[in-house]
Amino acid sequence: MSVLIFIDTTEGHVKKASLEALTYGATVAEQLGTSAEGVVLGAANDLASLGKYGVKKIHHVSAGSLNHLDAQVYANVIGQVAIASGAKVIIFSNNVDGKAIAPRLSARLKAGLVSGAVALPDTANGFTVKKNVFSGKAFANITVNTDIKIIALNPNAYKVIAGEGTAEVVAFNATVDAPKVKVTNVTKASGQVPLTEAEVVVSAGRGMKGPENWAIVEDLARVLHAATACSRPVADAHWRPHNEHVGQTGFAIAPNLYIAIGISGAIQHLAGVNRSKVIVVINKDPEAPFFKAADYGIVGDAFEVVPKFTEAIKKLKGVA
Amino acid sequence: MKILVCISKTPDTTAKIAFTGNNTKFDTAGVQWIINPYDEWYALVRAIELKEADPSTIIHLITVGAADADPIIRKALALGGDEAIRVNADSHDSFYIASQIAEVAKQGGYDLVFTGKETIDYNGSSVGGMVAELLDRPYVSLASKFELSGNKATITREIEGGEEICEVELPVVVSCQKGMAEQRIPNMKGIMGARTKPLKAAEPVAVDALTTVAGFELPPAKAGVKLVSPDNVEELVRLLHEEAKAI
Ligand SMILES: Cc1cc2nc3c(=O)[nH]c(=O)nc-3n(C[C@H](O)[C@H](O)[C@H](O)COP(=O)(O)OP(=O)(O)OC[C@H]3O[C@@H](n4cnc5c(N)ncnc54)[C@H](O)[C@@H]3O)c2cc1C
Ligand SMILES: Nc1ncnc2c1ncn2[C@@H]1O[C@H](COP(=O)(O)O)[C@@H](O)[C@H]1O
Repeated sequence: MSVLIFIDTTEGHVKKASLEALTYGATVAEQLGTSAEGVVLGAANDLASLGKYGVKKIHHVSAGSLNHLDAQVYANVIGQVAIASGAKVIIFSNNVDGKAIAPRLSARLKAGLVSGAVALPDTANGFTVKKNVFSGKAFANITVNTDIKIIALNPNAYKVIAGEGTAEVVAFNATVDAPKVKVTNVTKASGQVPLTEAEVVVSAGRGMKGPENWAIVEDLARVLHAATACSRPVADAHWRPHNEHVGQTGFAIAPNLYIAIGISGAIQHLAGVNRSKVIVVINKDPEAPFFKAADYGIVGDAFEVVPKFTEAIKKLKGVA
Repeated sequence: MKILVCISKTPDTTAKIAFTGNNTKFDTAGVQWIINPYDEWYALVRAIELKEADPSTIIHLITVGAADADPIIRKALALGGDEAIRVNADSHDSFYIASQIAEVAKQGGYDLVFTGKETIDYNGSSVGGMVAELLDRPYVSLASKFELSGNKATITREIEGGEEICEVELPVVVSCQKGMAEQRIPNMKGIMGARTKPLKAAEPVAVDALTTVAGFELPPAKAGVKLVSPDNVEELVRLLHEEAKAI
C-alpha cells in the first residue's frame, strides 16, 4: 500500500502545483500510516531532491514520447505504476494536466475521484474529501466508496512545506503506447508568472477606461511579482489578452492576494476569484458590490491611488 | 459526420446558494435553471458551426437527468441540433454520468463527442475524460479552438501560462471552453422548430456510483471590508504586510 503522487513537469521542471500535491500526498500517507511515492513521465531533472517534500521513492518513466501530454497514454502509464506500487490513494494537482488525466485514470481503475479538493481527507469514518462546488460559493464533502481513491487537489489550496531528505529514483519499465494527440506548436508567455499559479494577482476592469492606461497596473504587478488579470469586458474589448480574463467564463484562480482595480465585482467575476485568501478592492464607487467580498478596500480614483500604492510597496520592500 | 454534444442543467450563475435537509441537499427553491454555459456557448455552438460548414453533419444532444431536464434540453435544441436523448437518471457521480453517456455514444457511432469544460455547480471537469476512457478514445481537454479538415482535427488547448496546438484523428472527445465559439441567442424559428425535434428518453444502464455527496458547507462569512483612506495608502501596505501577511 502507498500514496502515489503524479508529479507534473514542464520542460523538465516540476510545476509548483505538483509541489503542493507532493506535500499534501506526503501528509495523507502519514495519516494512513504508509509511505508516499511519486511518478514522473517524460524528461525531468533533479528528481531525487523532491525527497524534501516527503516523498520516499519516485517512479520515472522517461520515454521521449511522454514529453507532451496525451491523456490516454498518460493514464495508461500511471495506471501501470499505481497497480505495481499498490497505490491506494493517487494524488493529482487539479491543474490543466490533472484535469485531463485524473478522470481517465478514475474510469480506468474504477477508482472514485474527488476533483478540486481543498483539504486533507477525513479518514475517521470512511474516506471523505472536501472540495469546492458552485464556483467557489460552497464546499461539498464527497465520500469515495472504492478501494482505490483519486484526489485532484486545487492549485493554491495547500501550502508547500520543504523539509530534508532525498528520494530514491527508480526507472519504471512501462508499456508506453504511441500518442494519438500530436502537439505541433506551443505558445507560452515567457518570463511571466502563470496566472493560475501566481501567489499575487493584480487585476483591473473597465474602470481603467482604456488599454493605454494599464502601465500603472503593470507597475504594481511588477513590484509584487504578481500576475496580471482582467474582467471579461476588458478582454472582450481586446484591451487585454484573453488569457488574463478571470471569472465564471475565464480562469478560476485562488491566489494569496487578489487586488481588484476598477472592477465592479459582478457575481460572475467573483465566481473566478472568491477563493483568493485576501482580496483588496480599489474602486471610486463606495457602493461597488466588490467591497462586500473584500478584506481591505480603498474608495478612490485608481489613477491616483494605484501609483501611490506602488510607491508605498517599493518603500516597504526597500527598492528604489 | 455525427457529433454528440453533452448538455447539463445547472443553476443560473446568479442563483443564491443554500442547502436544506441538514446541509445534504441543494436548495432549489426559486432557482432558475439554465444550460451549463460551457455546454451551450462553446460545445453546442461550435457543433452547430461545424454543421453549417457541412450540412450533412448530424448533431445529437445528450443529457443525463430527470424529467425536469426536458425544458433545458429543448432550449438547447432551439439553438440547433437534430435530436436529443435524455437518460432518465439523477446522479451527481461523474463516473455514473459518464458511463451513461459512453453507452449512448457506443450505440450511436459518433465521430466527435463535445463536452463543456466543467459544470458550474459541481465543477468536476471530469465527465469528458471519463467518457473518453470508457470509449478508449483520445481526449483533448480545455479546448479553445477546433478546426476540422477531413478526418483530422486541429485543436488549440490550454496549458499553464499559454496554449498549444495539437492534431488528432477522429474519433475524439473534446472538452470546450472560451474561444471555441461566440454565444448565440435562439431565434423564433429555432424555438418553434425545437418543439417537433425528437427528444427520446432512455433508461440508464446499471453502474455503481464511485462517490457520494456526504454534505455541503458554506464558507465562513467574511469579517467585512476594512476601508483605508485614499490619502493613507501606507496604512493599506502596513495592514497587508503585518496583519494579512499577504505581502
Ligand atoms: C453568464 C455570464 C458570464 C460572465 N462571466 C464573466 C467572467 O468570467 N468574468 C467577468 O469579469 N465578468 C463576467 N461577466 C460579466 C459581469 O457580469 C460584469 O459585467 C463584468 O464583470 C463587469 O466588468 P467590470 O467590473 O470591469 O466593469 P463595470 O461593471 O463597468 O465596472 C467598472 C468599475 O470601475 C469603477 N471605476 C470607474 N472609474 C474608476 C476609477 N477612475 N477609479 C476606480 N474605479 C473606477 C466603477 O465604479 C465600476 O465599479 C459575465 C456575465 C454573464 C451574464
Ligand atoms: N448530467 C449530465 N448530462 C450530460 N452531460 C453532462 C452531465 N454532467 C456533465 N456533463 C458534461 O460534462 C461536462 C463536464 O462536467 P463535470 O465533469 O461535471 O464538470 C459538462 O460541461 C457537460 O458537457
